[in-house]
Amino acid sequence: MYEIRLHSRGGQGGVTAAKMLALAAIREGKFATACPFYGAERRGAPVVSYIRIDDAPIKVYSQIRQPDLVIVLDMSVMETVDVLQGIREDGRVLINSPHPVDMQGHPTYHVDLTGIALSLNLVIAGSPILNTPLMGALAKMGYVTFDSVKGAIEETFSDDRNVEAAQLAYEELER
Amino acid sequence: MLTIATGNKAVADAVKDAVPAIVAAYPITPQTEIVEQIANYVASGQLASKYIPVESEHSAMAACIGASATGARAFTATSSHGLVYMCEMLHWAVGARLPIVMANANRALGPGWNIWAEHTDSLSMRDTGWLQVYVGSVQEAYDATLMAFRIAEHNDVLLPVMVNLDGFALTHITQSLETVDPGDFIPPMHLPHAIDTGRPAGYGTLTAPGDYYRFRWDIERSMRNAVSVIEETQDEFGKRFGRTYGMTEEYRCADAEVVVVAMGTLGKEVEIAVDILRGQGVKAGSMRLRWFRPFPDLDLAGKEVVVIDRDYSFGFGGIVAHAIASKYDVPIFSVIAGLGGQEVTYDDIAGFVRDRRPGDEYWFGVDA
Repeated sequence: MYEIRLHSRGGQGGVTAAKMLALAAIREGKFATACPFYGAERRGAPVVSYIRIDDAPIKVYSQIRQPDLVIVLDMSVMETVDVLQGIREDGRVLINSPHPVDMQGHPTYHVDLTGIALSLNLVIAGSPILNTPLMGALAKMGYVTFDSVKGAIEETFSDDRNVEAAQLAYEELER
Repeated sequence: MLTIATGNKAVADAVKDAVPAIVAAYPITPQTEIVEQIANYVASGQLASKYIPVESEHSAMAACIGASATGARAFTATSSHGLVYMCEMLHWAVGARLPIVMANANRALGPGWNIWAEHTDSLSMRDTGWLQVYVGSVQEAYDATLMAFRIAEHNDVLLPVMVNLDGFALTHITQSLETVDPGDFIPPMHLPHAIDTGRPAGYGTLTAPGDYYRFRWDIERSMRNAVSVIEETQDEFGKRFGRTYGMTEEYRCADAEVVVVAMGTLGKEVEIAVDILRGQGVKAGSMRLRWFRPFPDLDLAGKEVVVIDRDYSFGFGGIVAHAIASKYDVPIFSVIAGLGGQEVTYDDIAGFVRDRRPGDEYWFGVDA
């Protein structure tokens, strides 16, 4: 089972990202659970979502304590949240950043999701759409195939630029 | 069709497929998404139900009662304070023998104000005469809601059914969902005592001591009939749609020396704890109670039992633990855990079982 924890801010699409990743996994015949943690969230506050992917039905409902992958959609949450808390020794990190970031020696991948969204003018209510390019990066990292990512995006959004954004992130992801 | 859905959406989809004549609803967290989704289905023409927005949960149940009394299939959804607000009408629905189906998103009662999972809301409605089922996955939320209509409306039952799903822990998580075409699995509703203006009759009139107890006994007789109707409905569902359910869901119970009993999502998490315990040489099993009313026959002879109650009856104890203690002469370790959404992991559960003290009660997280 892969356990993934996604850090973002309210309004950045983290919950939808978790659902799309679950959908992509299910389209590959896997089982998945996407689980937003609900507290006193509001737009702009740090929020967390969880995704579990497995070959068997998932029976766990508690929060993820030892993630295999930590995703950071907004680096500014790292000023107040310990995003590496509990991460497995070999756990990987994926950060929305144009530059490499040192995450205490964990294999860390970066891609400029914000830049990709802005370059395609994928913006809603003033916020760049980060979750569809994120799907491309996750496909590159091998959690799901790009085909199922493309399918999940097309089932969720009608605008073709979302798939284009995923394609760009797939190509631009660097370690 | 295979898709993804939240627990709330799964309930709404089952309602869409069961096509009630009316849905009366008042929103409350974490149930709101159910009635919002149903409102969308009605507004977009995907569901030919009459949607009645009301001013309170008491009114929601009253509207369901009025509609159901005419022989119309009725549904509502609620949670926590909404459920206890409609308490008077819950009793009424049972006494009037109306097969209403309701989803309840299990949520703690305030104050302290809390919107997370706990079972005290529905368990405090234990004695109303509603059938109660507790589900443990998005798929099960859909399947149980669909089956609830057939069970409630069966003429050997004619009692309302409450489908309980854990607030947030299930209402707001996304998993795969396979919807079905129910076809004639849910026959048209036929209420023998439906209001018929061609045959005027009195309803809810004064019932003297010489007759009242007969109506009460008739409710209990139907509650006893309900066990075989539930089993028959679940078997038929399995034959038609390939997913089978029992009164309980048992996991590695047959040769278990200690059985963990829980309800809802915690009951699923127990199965992982059981695998951990088995790996450590503890012969553990899981028995997830799906139906709480009618209360099922449990095969607990010769076993130690650990009950995890996500509820409490103050001045007495865990409600599920005491239900089991009153029916079975087995050593019980009563654990109170998960109140108001308190995090409980499979490691915690394995710990409860390893450190069990039969005869005692333990409040998780409290040093007592």
